[in-house]
Amino acid sequence: MSQSGTYYIPHGSRWPIVAAIGLFLFMVGFGNWLNGNDSLGQTVMGLGALTIIGMMVGWFGSVIHESMRGNFNGQVDVSFRMGMMWFIFSEVMFFGAFFGALFYTRMISIPTLGGEGAGALTNQFLWNGFAPAWPSNGPEHIGGAFSTMPPWGIPLLNTLLLLSSSVTITIAHHALRAGHRGRLLVFLGLTVLLGATFLRFQVHEYIEAYTHLNLTLHTGIYGSTFFMLTGFHGLHVTLGTIMLIVIWLRCVRGHFNRDNHFAFEAVAWYWHFVDVVWLCLFLFVYVL
Amino acid sequence: MAHDAALPHDDHAHADPKGFIHRWVMSTNHKDIGTMYLVFSLTMFFIGGLFAMGIRAELFKPGMQLMQPYFFNELTTMHALVMIFGAIMPGFVGLANWMIPMQIGAPDMALPRMNNLSFWILPFAFVLLLSTFFLPGGAPAAGWTMYPPLVLQGGDDVAFMVFSIHLMGISSIMGAINIIATILNMRAPGMDLLKMPLFCWSWLITAFLLLAVMPVLAGAVTMLLTDKFFGTSFFNAGGGGDPVLYQHVFWFFGHPEVYIMILPAFGLISEIIPTFARKPIFGYKAMVYAIACIAFLSFIVWSHHMFTVGLPIGSELFFMYATMLIAVPTGVKVFNWVTTMWRGSMTFETPMLWAIAFVILFTIGGFSGVMMALVPADFQYNQTYFIVAHFHYVLVTGAAFAIIAAVYYWLPKWSGHMYSEFWGKVHFWNSAIWVNVLFFPQHFLGLAGMPRRIPDYNVAFADFNMVSSIGGFLFGATQLVFVGVIIHCVFFSKVRAPAKVWEGAHGLEWTLSSPPPHHSFVTPPVIDNSVLAHGDVMH
Repeated sequence: MSQSGTYYIPHGSRWPIVAAIGLFLFMVGFGNWLNGNDSLGQTVMGLGALTIIGMMVGWFGSVIHESMRGNFNGQVDVSFRMGMMWFIFSEVMFFGAFFGALFYTRMISIPTLGGEGAGALTNQFLWNGFAPAWPSNGPEHIGGAFSTMPPWGIPLLNTLLLLSSSVTITIAHHALRAGHRGRLLVFLGLTVLLGATFLRFQVHEYIEAYTHLNLTLHTGIYGSTFFMLTGFHGLHVTLGTIMLIVIWLRCVRGHFNRDNHFAFEAVAWYWHFVDVVWLCLFLFVYVL
Repeated sequence: MAHDAALPHDDHAHADPKGFIHRWVMSTNHKDIGTMYLVFSLTMFFIGGLFAMGIRAELFKPGMQLMQPYFFNELTTMHALVMIFGAIMPGFVGLANWMIPMQIGAPDMALPRMNNLSFWILPFAFVLLLSTFFLPGGAPAAGWTMYPPLVLQGGDDVAFMVFSIHLMGISSIMGAINIIATILNMRAPGMDLLKMPLFCWSWLITAFLLLAVMPVLAGAVTMLLTDKFFGTSFFNAGGGGDPVLYQHVFWFFGHPEVYIMILPAFGLISEIIPTFARKPIFGYKAMVYAIACIAFLSFIVWSHHMFTVGLPIGSELFFMYATMLIAVPTGVKVFNWVTTMWRGSMTFETPMLWAIAFVILFTIGGFSGVMMALVPADFQYNQTYFIVAHFHYVLVTGAAFAIIAAVYYWLPKWSGHMYSEFWGKVHFWNSAIWVNVLFFPQHFLGLAGMPRRIPDYNVAFADFNMVSSIGGFLFGATQLVFVGVIIHCVFFSKVRAPAKVWEGAHGLEWTLSSPPPHHSFVTPPVIDNSVLAHGDVMH
């Protein structure tokens, strides 16, 4: 409901069309690259990526500018909150598709290939001798023998890192609301560092998997689900870390006050979302 | 962007933005964006329709006449993708853009710039998709459901198909977020949720469906992409995956998608019938709850698209009963539309004719849906023309008829001029007759065993196919009348439309001038029962 009796409508903007063109170039380039037109594809894709980055800087820049001028009323604030909230919900559903694939293969497709239920004849005639087990790279052993990442090493450490980062960002939020600028900057900075360390460890883990464990994207269904889930999560952590850095810089510049800091909260929500996804990953991909 | 943005409210209420680029490409106006969506939808309706004409021409008589079988497969696949993602969905989003702010007393959508991005992604997505016709290997040809492993055997089109789906998904998700934020946050004071027009209700629920399932589709096609290009084994049994996994993930999206394409139509019909029956909608709350029920059930019926892949008998039973359950809330809706008309003082202007045709013909599609929900019977209907007849009754005489009805209903409001009632009726009667000539015989073909997605067929099916093709050509040609009516109304009609275009119309949109001001409501309107269309009100 409108509080003030007036409405805010943003003026026209060139950024949406720039975004659409950027996405288009990125997709066209990526597609060409995948189809074997390497140099053309990479050039166009790079152009698209640059356009998208430029668009984000420009679009968010103009929104920050308008926010700093006090253009936005309470109603706009609520719209922004709903936008972020439901965006995160859609992200949850995106991860849901990949978790669903993991559960389906573990609960249904591997046992069926191994002869359970209606799969007896499949097993007998197509994949004779295949015994269902998890982890598995299937009856054809695609990618060859591999071992899995032990959960109680780096993955556990990464769990602790992300959980602590959730604590630090909450402390930073409380500091922001209490007006303690120093504490805000320190704990928000700490959150960025924890996120970056997480990413560093994940890179290390991937190198380890590829060089020592023979666990690759090509390792049957285990490699597929492992790398797609952790990979998309890692992408989201990367994005979240960049968002945290932007918010930290905005805190340094004093963009936020105790009542008006939606951008901070949006990033915090996003960070908690990434955290929860990791907990599911840790449980279902590494431990179980 | 030389506007003075320092005002704490509307930046550019003073005047319409000048210049083509400013007005259309950089738009933040829900009406202009809605118009672009609708024009885009109509364009895609004709492109998809052209593909359909090609299909019906090839099927005009048995034997191979006009095209190679692979090209026929390209046509069926692209016809579906273009019609679903290009014509029907953007058509509803265009109507949502135009009408939701006007119906709830808002100045615009909640997030106007994102609204513009939602639209402008679409032309690019479809350039990407349609460009595959000119690639080596041609366009996607494995059916719109994109089942692996067949789809992965395509050529250069696979990557572009997947990316265009990603783009459409991004557009839909942003559109859905915008609609939710608009309805939950921008209603004028006094416009309680249960006083909202049913069109807004149907879109609110549809938006949640979109948010829940478009990301799942994105995940499914991403797995296709990595299976083809990055060596993953999601749908490869040799690596421990399963092609049926794709079908589960796809139809978890696909079934709610079916309701994404019909719930807004329910909303539209619930606007139009009370107006021309001059009675408030019968059972307003029941209508809201029925939509919510259908939306919930849409998440637990997906396997009825996969009865023949070898599901355990327990699953088949569950999905059969859950599917049949949908007939209950849908029956409530049909009952309430009929009861709204019961003893009403009805007149039969063009929008009402389309709406009544919707109620009758959509119900035929619903009946054949119940037939296919029965597992043992479905084994017979599966992959025949019966299913083709079923979903065309639901999507053409359902979704498309509702969009056309809504365009006739609100075109005078949008343009400020009356359309030609005579040519509107010519359009209606020709469509209503030929669409049945087109699709009704396909039921018989399916029951007789003619498989779908096949360019040639047994001579036993020749007569009904010829009838169906003749119906198809005439139905297609009739749609040109629609374009003529719209162009005449917008650019040439001399008859001014009053603010309240229809005698029996209720709702906030009719309190605005025709055409409405640049920003619908600059200050929140005062809501009283006399302007409310629905809900707990007396007319």
